[in-house]
This record gives sequence, structure tokens and C-alpha cells, in this order.
Amino acid sequence: MKMLWSLALKELRDGLRNRWIAAAIIVLGTLALALSLLGSAPTGSVRASGLDIIVISLASLSVYLIPLIALMLSFDALVGEFERGTMMLLLTYPITRWQVIMGKFLGHVMILFIAILAGYGGAILIMIMLTDGSTEGWQAYALMMASSLVLGAVFIALGYLVSVLVKERATAAGTAIGLWLIFVVLYDLLLFGALLVDENQVIGQQLFSMLMLVNPTDTYRILNLSLYEGVSHAAGIAGIANEAGLSGTLLLSVMLLWVIAPLTVTLLVFQRREL
Amino acid sequence: MGEFNTTNDVISLQAVSKRYGNETVVRDVNFSVQAGECVVLVGHNGAGKTTLMKLMLGLTRPSAGTVEVLGGNPTRSAAVAQHKTLGYLPESVAFYDAMTGSEVLSFYARLKGVPGIDCENLLQLVGLSDASKRRVGTYSKGMRQRLGLAQAMLGDPQLLFLDEPTTGLDPSLRQHFYELIDALHKEGATSVISSHALNEVEARANRFIIMKAGAIVASGTLDELYQQAALPVRLRISVTPGEASSVADRLGSEVTIGKVNLDDVNNQSLNLSCFNGEKMPLIRRITDLGDVVRDMQIMPPRLDEVYNHFMNGDPS
Repeated sequence: MKMLWSLALKELRDGLRNRWIAAAIIVLGTLALALSLLGSAPTGSVRASGLDIIVISLASLSVYLIPLIALMLSFDALVGEFERGTMMLLLTYPITRWQVIMGKFLGHVMILFIAILAGYGGAILIMIMLTDGSTEGWQAYALMMASSLVLGAVFIALGYLVSVLVKERATAAGTAIGLWLIFVVLYDLLLFGALLVDENQVIGQQLFSMLMLVNPTDTYRILNLSLYEGVSHAAGIAGIANEAGLSGTLLLSVMLLWVIAPLTVTLLVFQRREL
Repeated sequence: MGEFNTTNDVISLQAVSKRYGNETVVRDVNFSVQAGECVVLVGHNGAGKTTLMKLMLGLTRPSAGTVEVLGGNPTRSAAVAQHKTLGYLPESVAFYDAMTGSEVLSFYARLKGVPGIDCENLLQLVGLSDASKRRVGTYSKGMRQRLGLAQAMLGDPQLLFLDEPTTGLDPSLRQHFYELIDALHKEGATSVISSHALNEVEARANRFIIMKAGAIVASGTLDELYQQAALPVRLRISVTPGEASSVADRLGSEVTIGKVNLDDVNNQSLNLSCFNGEKMPLIRRITDLGDVVRDMQIMPPRLDEVYNHFMNGDPS
């Protein structure tokens, strides 16, 4: 456990040293602040609940940004160490291979945690101070922050899987971008197209919920846009999660499964790997 | 060293082969290393030394045969705990470039479970005190090598694997490095060192294993290697000026042993060579020649000649 922690701290320090954390905080914070200021303008005086509205725009932004940040953090984690030769030395220390993976994972999740907490948390604090100080709807915002971390963890795990499977760093970078495109852009595009063509004939409610659960970014979207009534009303998708029988627990469990599965496969591949 | 029983073996390899695809990089290797020994693996680049080290470290699995280190298979999960007592310096060692020298060393010290260790002292020992606050990315090859040595020495290892440890070290540091190894040996450490040449400093080792194309071509102590190589001893005698050719004639006709070559620069010296067992009779013949012989030098085969003999298969 101590070894695992030492490795996690090293990753965290690397994140601080190379200004990774600072950059992520600035990107997340600025965009969150910009969106919340813009988002509050049209609602004006009729706003039902301030923070709820922000969650809608911010969750839509996070779907793009968080996976990208997570993949950029993680794609290099293993292949980079194989390529430079530092992994060979690391494995001659009293540290098991699963500790290497979990230590890195813990470190990268901490980096993301700090970035989300400071970026999104800071933005909302400024927002509250700039407006009337209302904190109504904070639960939805807190859920958005927490689920963003889980979404990040999903893509850190997927990044490791890429990192352990490919032979070169450049391939890992390319594959990571490909993964991002598939999960964040193409999947939704194709699904949207299919729904338009289908006109409710084959893709019923059941299949649609299934398709939402297959892609962790959609699961994240559903979780944030439909769980709290205030948010779902404003987002215009009132109750779709309830109708589809998707509870918050189920959605979150599915996301956690998306963390565990890639990590497990990564570990199995890494265990067999000869250096 | 057959009198040692097998329980003393720290390392034992039996019929070990390793293939990568169609390429066999280690073929049918057998050897063992006893506690406290310092064994040097010698061979050109690509002879399989690094692969052998990786096999002993459990970083890779043999295609055939068995590897045992510290009483078990090094790839088993329980072997990881034994890494506490192990030091490894990889060939052309790489570090995390963004960290400073002392950060790298204290990171490895924590991993090894010796966080309280005096890293600054260790850095001083390898001559890196002045650069300890600099990023490792700015280090020269020699400095990386020294940092590599420092991390290999963390926590007084009982078993050291050093892959080409002295490349990139200047001669004085080389000397200093072997003093460090000696100190560890006095405390009972065992070490396996690889080298691409047999040089004088490495001759401090107990035993040599010479490898060529993945197989062992010779092994033994330095004396044993000299005997196995059976290279001729060379003698050079100086005689009264102008007498060399007549001395050569007398030796050549009377002495049936060895070879006589006339060094005819100014007809006053001769080069002779003979095998080790014939050396004393030849010397007696020469002294029998009397005052005409002014001086005599005996030159045993050099270490690199022994090495070349095994590598090329031809006596030089």
C-alpha cells in the first residue's frame, strides 16, 4: 500500500511540476465561469434555480472536455515508460504490477479531482458571489462535479488500456484521439441519425436506454440532465431517465463498471507482458 | 568450485533458452552463482547478456529451461518481496527526466522501503552532489550512469545485477565503482556484472562467463580461462648487437620447442613464443647461452587476447 501511495504521489507531483494541473484548472474554471455567466443571462428574472441551469451547459461541456483531459493524462502512462525504459527499472523494485497500475490510476484521479474541484468549484463560488448569493440547486451541481470525476476515471482507465496495448507513444496518442472521437462525437451522431431514420419503429424506449448505457459519456449526460427535476425541466428532457427505468444508482454503477473493466483488462495484459 | 553444495546457490540456470519470434537470443545456458560471488558475464553486444539479466530479474520468462533466483522462480509473485534486497542497473539507464537527481533517488528509496536513507550521502559517493538539484534531463550519460549506480546501491542490496556498469565512467570513477562493489562484497553481497570486454578492472571478479551468440563459450576463474585458452607465452631476449641471428640459429637448431622469430631491426633482439608447459625448459636453454644474452622479458598472454581467443576461436 505504501508503494502504491508513493507512486500515486509521484504522478501527482509530475502533474504539479509540468503545470498540467494548473492548465486543467484554468481551462475548466474559465469555461465554467463563462458558461455560467452566459447561461444565467437569458433566464434573467424568471430563473427557477440558478445552479440548475448552469449544470445543463456545464455537463454538456464536460462531456467533451473531461474525456479529453483524462486521455491526455493517461495515454502515455505505460507505453511511455516502456519506451523510455523506466518501467524495467521500476519493476525490479518491490512493487507488483497491479500496484504500478493502481498507483498511477490513483495519482491521475487525484490530479483530475484537484482540477475539477478547483476549476468547477472555484467557478461556482465566483458565480455565487457575483449574483445574489443563492445556492439553490447545489445538489445537482455537486453531482455534476462528482460524476465528472467518475467520467474522467473512465477515460483514464481507457487511456491505460490503449497505453498497454500499443507499441509506440505516437500510436497511443492517435488511438486515444480516436477513442475520444468515437465515444464523444461519432456515437451520438450515429445514434441521432439512426433515430431520425428509424422514426420510432425499431429503436424503442428499451433499446434507447440500452444504447445510452453502452456509452459512458451518454450515461453521464443522462445522469446529470435527468436526475434532478429542476435540471431536467430546464433541459427539456423531463423524466426520460425515469421512464426508461434508469435510476441514479444504476447510471453511476454503469459508469463505475466502465472504470473497472478497462483497468482489469489493462492489468491482465500488463501481467503477461515481457520487458 | 564444485565443492559448494547447491543450497548455496543464489542463482541457478538450467538449460535456459529464450526466443523472440524466430530469433534465439539465449541458447541452452547453464550456470549457477554462489552467495558472495562476483560473476562477470562477458560478450559482445547482442551476445544475450542483457536478456540473461532480465531472465534472472523475472522481467521476462524463459522459452525453455528453469531459472531460480533466491530459491525460486523470479517471475512468481512472491519474488517481488525479495526485490527489497536486490539492486539493478540497466544498460543505458533511463530516469524520469523532469525530476532532479535527489528527487529520483528519494523516490526509489521510498519504493524500496528505505525512505529514511541518506540520499545526499549516496549522491556524494557517486560524485553527484553538485548536480543533485538539477533535472535529470540535463544530465550527461556518465551522470545518469552514476545515478543508476546510486539507486542500485539503495538499501544495501544482497544481490546486484549490473548491466555494463562502467560504460560512460571515467577511469578514476571506474576504480571507485569497483571499490564500492568490493565493500558490498565484504558484507556478503553477490553480484552479476555484464561487460563487453575483459579489462583489467573487471579482472577483480571471481569468475567469468564468456558468451557468444546467446551461448556460453567458456567459463571459469581467470586462471582457468588462461589454461583453457592455452595461448602461447612470449619471450623477448636482447643479445649482444649483431649476435641475434646466430643466437636464433643456435636456439632454432638445438631447441625443438617454441617458435623463434628474429627481430632484425638491429640484429640484437629476438622474439620467442612457447606454450606455458614449455616455458621453463626454453628459459633454461636461453640462460645456457651465457653472456651473449643481456636481458629477457617474459610476457604472459594479455586478458584481451584470452577474450579474443574465445570470441574468435583463433589464437592470436
